[in-house]
Amino acid sequence: MNWTAISMFMVFVCFTLLVTRWAAARTRSTSDFYTAGGGLTGMQNGLAIAGDMISAASFLGISAMMFMNGYDGLLYALGVLAGWPIILFLIAERLRNLGKYTFADVVSYRLAQAPVRLSAAFGTLTVALLYLVAQMVGAGKLIELLFGISYLYAVTLVGVLMVLYVTFGGMLATTWVQIIKAVMLLSGTTFMAFMVLKHFGFSTEAMFASAVAVHAKGQAIMAPGALLSNPIDAISLGLGMMFGTAGLPHILMRFFTVSDAKEARKSVFYATGFIGYFYLLLIVIGFGAIVMVGTEPAYRDASGAIIGGGNMVAVHLAQAVGGNLFLGFISAVAFATILAVVAGLALSGASAISHDLYACVVRKGQASEQEEMRMSRIATLLIGLLAVLLGLLFESQNIAFLSGLVLAIAASVNFPVLLLSMFWKGLTTRGAVAGSMAGLVSAIVLVVLGPAVWVNVLHNEHALFPYSNPALFSMSLAFLGAWAFSVTDSSQRASEERGRYLGQFIRSMTGIGAAGASKH
Amino acid sequence: MTPEHIDSISKHPDFQQLIRRKRRLNGSLTLTMLAAYYGFVLLVAFAPGLLGQSLSGGVTSVGMLVGVLMVLLSFALTGIYMHRANRVIDPLNDKVRQECAQ
Repeated sequence: MNWTAISMFMVFVCFTLLVTRWAAARTRSTSDFYTAGGGLTGMQNGLAIAGDMISAASFLGISAMMFMNGYDGLLYALGVLAGWPIILFLIAERLRNLGKYTFADVVSYRLAQAPVRLSAAFGTLTVALLYLVAQMVGAGKLIELLFGISYLYAVTLVGVLMVLYVTFGGMLATTWVQIIKAVMLLSGTTFMAFMVLKHFGFSTEAMFASAVAVHAKGQAIMAPGALLSNPIDAISLGLGMMFGTAGLPHILMRFFTVSDAKEARKSVFYATGFIGYFYLLLIVIGFGAIVMVGTEPAYRDASGAIIGGGNMVAVHLAQAVGGNLFLGFISAVAFATILAVVAGLALSGASAISHDLYACVVRKGQASEQEEMRMSRIATLLIGLLAVLLGLLFESQNIAFLSGLVLAIAASVNFPVLLLSMFWKGLTTRGAVAGSMAGLVSAIVLVVLGPAVWVNVLHNEHALFPYSNPALFSMSLAFLGAWAFSVTDSSQRASEERGRYLGQFIRSMTGIGAAGASKH
Repeated sequence: MTPEHIDSISKHPDFQQLIRRKRRLNGSLTLTMLAAYYGFVLLVAFAPGLLGQSLSGGVTSVGMLVGVLMVLLSFALTGIYMHRANRVIDPLNDKVRQECAQ
């Protein structure tokens, strides 16, 4: 048992539960629950968005990738970051002007409610659940290792806290948990990077030179390596990361938590700054760890492997630069990071069930605030239960492919239809549904037939689909499907839907008629 | 919004100017970012050796500098956009909203 880490984590949990109690008193309406009443500032929302992106997976995973392969780790970081300017220029403000609670509001703005919301909710739930499984399994293993408690307890604890934050505190608590964690993680990594640079006399050249001198791959760690040697795979991965980020429902939902398009714009500006700063720190942490963790026998077991696996290098580095107290802090931050991210995922999944499916499709907009709120809490509880169960079920499965699959699905199911609904007059209900389904099916099938599942999980000799990243193909199919089924749609409904585009366009560009912040 | 209202806004000269300005700003910045990022991806795929070259005789590679520049470029472009949108687009948008309010 690591008592420093556990006590620091207890402080975080108690504090966030107090925040949740404060938020619960302010969560009375559906607007409070889904979007914190739309009253967050651009700075707060920017920090929360950055918090969603700088997850445990990126902190531990990208630093581990740099530790193993050097420069290749940076490619992943850049792909996610490069998506943010595009999100700002193309969708952030239009999204805020058109929607209220979920991105399905935007897609269904001029289309038929039931089919479009059904397929959008399906896309949201697929992404949220797969992402939750990946987080749960990662969390269970990490917590088992860092805190010395069993996998079962770890996963259950994450599930319980997540449900508490979301059911009682809604978006307000979820956002503040994310902001607190983002500040903790950014401060922790800043300190680590500072100590690493100090170790090398504040010379990055000295740091890179020592890393090259001790790394088995030598000078090769300063250049792109084998990871993306295939051009098709490189472009496909780039597309998946850039537009997958723009299709993650728990990220899209954050644009409705600010009062207007101007604040949405500010959110992305701050978020891009924080995410970029974090990735710059990760370069220092990853390459610093090559020297300060890699050459230290204390961090390796008898066979010479890193204790706890490759993903633990950032945690070991924390011990190397700040001793056991700082190790405890970083462990607690890693746990907090997972909690904050799963809470956001659970909230977006719950909103798809209670807002899109229940209130808009089943009750056709006739549900009262109380009924919708009750449904959202039941949905959160269900998602929490499902997440814990799936986490336990997948404990010993190789799920490394999941994070790639989630981004590929988000890029193929949600993003194309969202973009077309805002930019293309010709999109009809039939096209939107066909596009989503084409993206969903092709992304899943191509990942299963690709090397990540067909070879690494199912142990076949050769992959039937040669590329590890399906986004280039599945996104193209989604766009193609949406286009083909829209232009051939000559129904009365389709021509009415095209006719409503001008009104939608005016609102998306000017904000005339947009939903504002609730007043309290 | 009624059909007549939508029609009158869409024909309003200030609205049309707003759309032109927004399209120019958003379009040029989007193209810049896409070109920079996919240019970088293509460089990684086709010319990894170029990125591996030494920057100034030391160990630090050209690729490392390019990576850092990509981060700074992303942030700079969002900054430029925010600045232009706040100074040029928003006042025009406010004017349109005022003139077209019913």
